[in-house]
Amino acid sequence: MAKIGVFICHCGENIGRTVDVDELTDEVAEMGGVVVSTDYKYVCSSPGQDLIKETIQKHDLSGVVVAACSPRMHEPTFRGACSAAGLNPYLCEMANIREHCSWVHTDEEEATQKAIDMVRIMTEKVKRNTELKPIQVPVTKRALVIGGGIAGIQAALDIANCGHEVVLVEKTPSIGGHMAQLSETFPTLDCSQCILTPRMVEVAQHPKIKLYVYAEVAEVEGYIGNFDVKVHQRAKFINADICTGCGDCLEVCEPRSIPSEFDVGLSKRTALYVPFHQAVPNKPVIDNETCKLFTMAAEAGREKLKRSDCGECYEVCPTKPNAVDFNQKDEYIDEKVGAIIVATGFEVMEASEIAEYGYGKYEDVITGLQFERLASASGPTEGEIKRPSDGKTPENIVFIQCVGSRDPAKGISYCSKVCCMYTAKHTMLYKHKVHDGQAYVFYMDIRAGGKNYEEFTRRAIEEDGAIYLRGRVSRIYKEKDVLMVKGFDTLSGMPVEIAADMVVLATAMKARPKVNELAQMLGVSFDSYNFLSEAHPKLRPVETAAAGVYLAGACQAPKDIPDAVSQASGAAAKVAALFSQDLYEREPVVASIDENTCVACFFCLEACPYGAIERKEIKDRDGNLIKTVAFANEAVCQGCGVCVSVCRSNSADLAGFTDEQMFASIEAIWEQVEEKDVA
Amino acid sequence: MNNDDTNMKQIGYYPGCSLSGTAIEYNKSLTGIAPLLGFDLVEVPDWNCCGASSAHALNRKLSLALPARVLAIAEHEGMDSVLVPCAACYNRMVKAQVEAAENENLKQEISAIIEMPFLAKAKPVSIIEFFSEMDSETITSLVKKPLEELKVACYYGCLLLRPPKLIKFDDCEAPQVMENLVTATGAEPVEWAFKTECCGAGFSISKKEVVLDLTEKILRNAKSEGADVIIVGCPLCHANLDLRQVDILKKNKDINIPVLYITELVGIALGLTPKEVGMTDHFIDTSSIAV
Amino acid sequence: MSDKLTEKDMRSPFNSEIAEASEQGMADCYQCGKCSAGCPMVDYMDLMPNAVMRNVQLGLRERVLGCKTIWLCASCETCTTRCPQEIDIARIMDTLREISLRSDLANPEMKDITCFHEVFLRSVRKNGRLDESGIVMNFKTRRPRHLFEDMAIGLQMVMKGKMPFLPHKIKKRSEVKQIFKNCSDE
Repeated sequence: MAKIGVFICHCGENIGRTVDVDELTDEVAEMGGVVVSTDYKYVCSSPGQDLIKETIQKHDLSGVVVAACSPRMHEPTFRGACSAAGLNPYLCEMANIREHCSWVHTDEEEATQKAIDMVRIMTEKVKRNTELKPIQVPVTKRALVIGGGIAGIQAALDIANCGHEVVLVEKTPSIGGHMAQLSETFPTLDCSQCILTPRMVEVAQHPKIKLYVYAEVAEVEGYIGNFDVKVHQRAKFINADICTGCGDCLEVCEPRSIPSEFDVGLSKRTALYVPFHQAVPNKPVIDNETCKLFTMAAEAGREKLKRSDCGECYEVCPTKPNAVDFNQKDEYIDEKVGAIIVATGFEVMEASEIAEYGYGKYEDVITGLQFERLASASGPTEGEIKRPSDGKTPENIVFIQCVGSRDPAKGISYCSKVCCMYTAKHTMLYKHKVHDGQAYVFYMDIRAGGKNYEEFTRRAIEEDGAIYLRGRVSRIYKEKDVLMVKGFDTLSGMPVEIAADMVVLATAMKARPKVNELAQMLGVSFDSYNFLSEAHPKLRPVETAAAGVYLAGACQAPKDIPDAVSQASGAAAKVAALFSQDLYEREPVVASIDENTCVACFFCLEACPYGAIERKEIKDRDGNLIKTVAFANEAVCQGCGVCVSVCRSNSADLAGFTDEQMFASIEAIWEQVEEKDVA
Repeated sequence: MNNDDTNMKQIGYYPGCSLSGTAIEYNKSLTGIAPLLGFDLVEVPDWNCCGASSAHALNRKLSLALPARVLAIAEHEGMDSVLVPCAACYNRMVKAQVEAAENENLKQEISAIIEMPFLAKAKPVSIIEFFSEMDSETITSLVKKPLEELKVACYYGCLLLRPPKLIKFDDCEAPQVMENLVTATGAEPVEWAFKTECCGAGFSISKKEVVLDLTEKILRNAKSEGADVIIVGCPLCHANLDLRQVDILKKNKDINIPVLYITELVGIALGLTPKEVGMTDHFIDTSSIAV
Repeated sequence: MSDKLTEKDMRSPFNSEIAEASEQGMADCYQCGKCSAGCPMVDYMDLMPNAVMRNVQLGLRERVLGCKTIWLCASCETCTTRCPQEIDIARIMDTLREISLRSDLANPEMKDITCFHEVFLRSVRKNGRLDESGIVMNFKTRRPRHLFEDMAIGLQMVMKGKMPFLPHKIKKRSEVKQIFKNCSDE
């Protein structure tokens, strides 16, 4: 005999104003199987929860319905109360008479009637609920961090310092990311590499961090606590275990003709290279797309490399055995991890897309990131601001903000967040290096909301003499050999034309182009700009919709270094929380398939979006195969119910939402309808 | 449109008002080279003025209706495309055709105003589109007098390429179509910064000083990049750069640069004489070109 | 007109009138100034193009419809091409011109330009085509300060055969006349 207790919440005025709670309480008391029907102002409060506990014990309830807000708000609260009172938490359900009723209707009578129907539906369901136990899955206490920029580095260190192993995978030959390319960072003007490289070295030396560079994540399978990852290690053609980083090979490689990615094309590198002096690991790789040995073989249609084409590096390498190994092949390495943090960072927009600004046409029109390389002490000009065209010091520089950002016509509506700050910084660096130089900044707004940020931008104007002009630039062209910038200052209402020695474009921050492929592999959503989606924009900024996969840094949205670091530590904390248990508890709302009735059509296997259905062989006592049936892996299953709906033989069912429960709920509506018709 | 026995391709032709008056050279040179390029220009019968700048400045409906009448007649004559040499006329025609094609209500409204059926199917073709559809090798093979060492600044003006959402052709910030044509004739296109900067258009008569100011900048930049000649695809641009250059030269003798229509340049390259293409009637002396 | 911007201005129907007539989102304009930055005619204008947009947003009807700027716009479409918010500013200028004349607010200093447009259209209405020499004569008569301008050039044009004296009248002139009539009734 069912003994259901129903608790109806007023939620202050939220429910009480539209639904007649007294009438509802009375009607519910009349429903079959209900032994207690009571109301309370705020059931989620401490006294409210105590009321539930007392009532369960007093009346020996077999089930509880709380008619209140959305289960997304307080299901855990009420289930917790039931647990504490000794009632299986899965015998407690909520009827959402707030979000689904009082908040969306204005007619009191109709809303009250609807609330009554909703409670009856839930009561009928709860009568058929069964005691369920959370499923426990073991947790592999190793984490994967994808991306070795500042966010990836921070996350890796935080997790490793908790005593857990971290696999850090970085695509380029060194960790450090974009932060390593910066000269000084706002608002303190700390030298970027000076504050970054100690962290990089910490990563390299940390006993708990396994670092892969020149590698990518090729495949990910599995589920939270139990991911199977395939790491694609690109052939470096240099054995990193043997290489001592002496640098002799770097001296002999020729020609130095490849645009350096690290210097954003402002300098050239060789095919055998280390991206920058402070690279970690400080060991070279050979880029087989530009190495003479490989390219000449490819041109001649040969598979075999010819020593006569080159091989200088091999000749000069002092180690025994030789660290240079042209026979090295790409490798695929399996790693098992329990959690994944995506920290793939950003890239900068292709400035030539804004054709009217002449990037790519005029050498002295450069991007903000390129300016960082010029200003950087370890950069192509050793920190001196020089024009790329003739090496002269520019007497003035025009900085243009919002190049691509806040520009729906060019495809990007959002603001890139950091450009106002780094442009102010650029004007200051320019002033500090070229005392008589004049900086002009064309801006639309100044966004300086972080700690000490506003003061920083004011310094550029008030102390360092930067002239800020409010307006966009229409075009940049060359009159003879002089760059002309045609802009406007809306504050004075005057057109402005400046003969510029150099122009710096603050280009938009974009997500990496192929990250959507990685996201699909992980089950993470992304927006139209390929920024990865957090689970909740306000309250769950580091988690994703995929359990066990977390986000850190600019891959989620444009952000500055402090925010990237905070987010990375936040993601690391989530991982540490996950790893603090040996077993991870999962909701038992999972599918099960009756192997006796399963006809092995495997529609469910095709339909399951999570790959949770497997083929299971049923064998007799002698080991002979009787039949193969479908089997739902409760560790992977997310309880979506798609298999239940496609199953032809009615063999699939969902715990907590069984066919019996669902049909009873639906029929509960009809009973009332019939009664009404009769009346 | 069918190819007739002489293997000439027929194309509708809308000369526009200026081509029988102030821009007579444009007409002369275009009709002179068309047969050499294998085209038979079939004039749209009894065509009316497109309304140019004045219609759209004063009355939107009129600005769409006047070109629509021309296109409606062209449709009626079975013309798929209509060559419109004047950039301003072309821009107005495209606006009428595209806006009507994309908005059924507007199409009906215009049909009612012009009191004739209008399907917005006949496609206006600009002079640069006309040339770009020809194989550059074909053009080069027809060249009788390659214009070697002639440095040409290609001036597109405003209305051949803008707005890009309407005229989905070439790149309005960095166009190359005219330059490709110039290369095909054997001449040398010059890269310069004022390819698409406005010449002052219709203010030639009502506010002359504007035109003098804007055209001086254009001429100066072309000259400073080493151009021997500027070529244009619009009667008004031509008038502003050529006729009005006379006034500019009074103050700045150093500017002096002849201005040709695209078709005049091509005509010379294809073997026509200066008189045949009409360049002897310009205000700025063009004799330096056809030596 | 008051010196202060009032609520009455800001809530006036002028903004939506222009938005509707031009089919453009007036609220989209975030005053970046790129239109003014690229406009070839700024040196002659009283209100900068972005200021015209701003004044429309703020409902300052008389100021906008009475400014010189809308008549000095060359319709070069540079602003429309480069506007980051994809607003067709050249179209808004057209709309403002039409409404300015209709409301009889056209700036008197712009009579040369408004007169030229009227003379042009009158010729088209009469002949079906533009009578080039005719409109020049007509214009000079109405705006006598231009009477003796370009005399030498005019003579040369005639000698080169570029100024036909008699206008070409199209056969179906009545159709064009009717079009003009149909457009003025609305």
